[in-house]
Amino acid sequence: MYEKDGEKYFVVDGHVHFWDASPENQSNKYGRGFIDCFYDYHRNLSPEEWVWPIEKFEKYSEEDMIHDLFETGYVDKAVFQPTYLTDFYEEGFNTTERCAWMRDRHPDRFILNTSFDPREGENGLREFEQKVERHQPSGVKLYTAEWRGDSKGWKLSDPWSMRYLEKCEELGIRNVHVHKGPTIWPLNRDAFDVADVDDVATAFTELNFVVEHVGLPRLEDFCWIATQEKNVYGGLAVALPFIHSRPRYFAKIIGELLYWIGEDNILFGSDYGIWSPKWLVESLVDFDMPEDLVSEYGELTPDIKRKILGLNAAKLYDIEVPDDIPQPAEADDGTTDKPAVPQAMVTA
Amino acid sequence: MTHRSTTGTDAAWAAGPTPQAVWRALGTVRDPELDQPITELEFVLDVEVRDHEVDVALRLPTYFCAPNFAFLMVADARTAVEALAGVARANVRLVDHYASSEINEGMSADRGFGASFDGQAVGDDLEELRDTFTRKGFLARTHELCKDLLAAGLTPEDLAGMTLGELAPSPLAERFVERRRELGMPSDPTSPLLLDVWGVPVDPEQARDHLRRARTVHVSIEGNAGMCRGLLATRYAEGGTGDERARGAYDPLARPTTSSTAT
Repeated sequence: MYEKDGEKYFVVDGHVHFWDASPENQSNKYGRGFIDCFYDYHRNLSPEEWVWPIEKFEKYSEEDMIHDLFETGYVDKAVFQPTYLTDFYEEGFNTTERCAWMRDRHPDRFILNTSFDPREGENGLREFEQKVERHQPSGVKLYTAEWRGDSKGWKLSDPWSMRYLEKCEELGIRNVHVHKGPTIWPLNRDAFDVADVDDVATAFTELNFVVEHVGLPRLEDFCWIATQEKNVYGGLAVALPFIHSRPRYFAKIIGELLYWIGEDNILFGSDYGIWSPKWLVESLVDFDMPEDLVSEYGELTPDIKRKILGLNAAKLYDIEVPDDIPQPAEADDGTTDKPAVPQAMVTA
Repeated sequence: MTHRSTTGTDAAWAAGPTPQAVWRALGTVRDPELDQPITELEFVLDVEVRDHEVDVALRLPTYFCAPNFAFLMVADARTAVEALAGVARANVRLVDHYASSEINEGMSADRGFGASFDGQAVGDDLEELRDTFTRKGFLARTHELCKDLLAAGLTPEDLAGMTLGELAPSPLAERFVERRRELGMPSDPTSPLLLDVWGVPVDPEQARDHLRRARTVHVSIEGNAGMCRGLLATRYAEGGTGDERARGAYDPLARPTTSSTAT
C-alpha cells in the first residue's frame, strides 16, 4: 500500500524473481553473459543509489527481497515469474521450486506462477501437471527464447505449445505471461515478433495473455495485437524504469499504451531484482504527462495509476482489495474508434 | 586473396584506403532495427588498415543482441568496406557476443547466415527480416516528417492531398524520399506525400489512422535506439561488464576460488 497526497494505492508487483546466478551456479559463458546483461539493464536504468554490487545482484537473499518488496517497497502482493535457463545454470536460474520455497515461507505475500516448455512433449506435459498439483501455481510464465540443446527457441503457436495451453485451461490456470527474447527457431525470423500471441489469444479466449515488457522492443506490434484482443495485457517491467532516466520517452510509451490497449490492461511489474519497487512506485505516482503531450495522450490520473499499480492485476489474480482503496469503473472499451491495424505489418 | 574491388583507379588501388574512407563507408551501414548508422551508434570499436586489407571490429549493446541483426550488420560492413577502391579484403569481426564465433567463422569462410548457424535457420535468407524493418523505418520517417506539418496546422486529410513536390526542402524530407527510393516506391515530385508501407497512396479518410500508426512505430524505434545507446554506454564504461581491462585475465568459465559474498 502506498499513500500520497491523500490518494491510496494498492500495489501488486506482477513480475518478480528469486534467482541464483552466482558463479557457483553458472554452467558456462552464457550463464555469465546472461546475468551480466541483466546487470547492465540494472545499472543503466536505476537511480544511482539503487545500484547493487554485482555479488548481490547475482544472488540476493530472502531478507533482501522481503525488505525491498514489502517492508519498504509498498508491495501488497508479488507474482513470481519463473525463468528456467537450465542450459545456462546448473540448478536453473529462477525455477518454480526456488520460488515455491519462498512463497511457502510467505504465503500471504507471494503468488506463484510456474512454467512449461513445449519442446519436452508428452513427458513434459505429465511433469507440468504434477508440478501444478504439487505447487498450486496461479499462472505460467513462458520464455520463448529459452535454449534447449540445439533449439534456440519456440513459438506459442507451435502444435505442442497449443497442447500445453489446452492443459492450462483444463487445470484452471488462466494467466499466461509471455516474455520474448532475442532468439527463436528459425533464427532468420524476428525473435521478438509477438504475432504468435495474437494466434493463441484468439484460440484460447478463456486465457489471459500478459505480454511482459509490453512487447519491447516491439512496442508497436504489441499495440496492434493488444488493441484487437481483449484478453491481451501488457506488463510494464523494463518500460517503467525509463521514468527515471528518460521520462519523456516513458510518457510516450505509456501514452501509446493508454491509447491502443487502454488503462484496464496495463500491469505494474518491477522485474525485481533488476529493479526495486520502491522508487518505481513513488516515481509513477509522482509522474504527470508533460504538458505538450497531454493533448495527444491525455492525463495520467490517480485512478489510472491505481489500476496500473494493482487493481488490474488484482482482477486477473482474484486478489482481495481493501475497502479503503477506490475502485474506479472500467474505462469505455473504445476499440471501435481505434485505427484498423495494418495486417501486413503484423505478419511480415 | 582475390582482388574484390575494381571500381577505383589504379592509383587509388595502389594507395589503399585511408582509415577515414573506411569510417565513411561504415557510416553507410545501418542497424536495420534502429535505422541509424553503426558509426553513430558507436558499434564500430576499431578500424585497422594494412595495405589492401582492412580489419574492423564491431561491438553491440548486449551479449545477447539478436544474432540475425548482428549478422546483417557484420555482412553489410564487410560489403561496404570491400566496395572501397584499394580494398582486397575486409575482415569484420564481432566481439563480446554469444554468437561471435559462429558469425566470425561464417564470415571468414564466406558462408551465409543459414550455414553459419547450422540447423538453427531456414535457408540463408535475412532479406525478409531486413525488408520488414526497412518498412517500419519508412513509417517512422513518415512521422518525423509529418509531425511538423501537423504542428503547423495542416490536417491529415490535407497531407493526403499533397505531393512530394509541395514539400519545402529539409533534411527530414530528404531522409523520407531516400527511404522511398530504397523501397522502390514512387519518389518523383508529382507522387503523393502519403504512402502506406507497400507504396499504395493513403486515402484522405485513412490519413489520420496512418499517421497514428506511424507515430507509434516512431516511438518504438526511437525508444529502442535510446535503450541500445544506454546499454552500450553502461556495458563499455570503465568497470562495465564489457570492459576487459576491469576484468583482468577474465575467464568466463573460471570458478571462483573463494565463495561469493552472497549466501
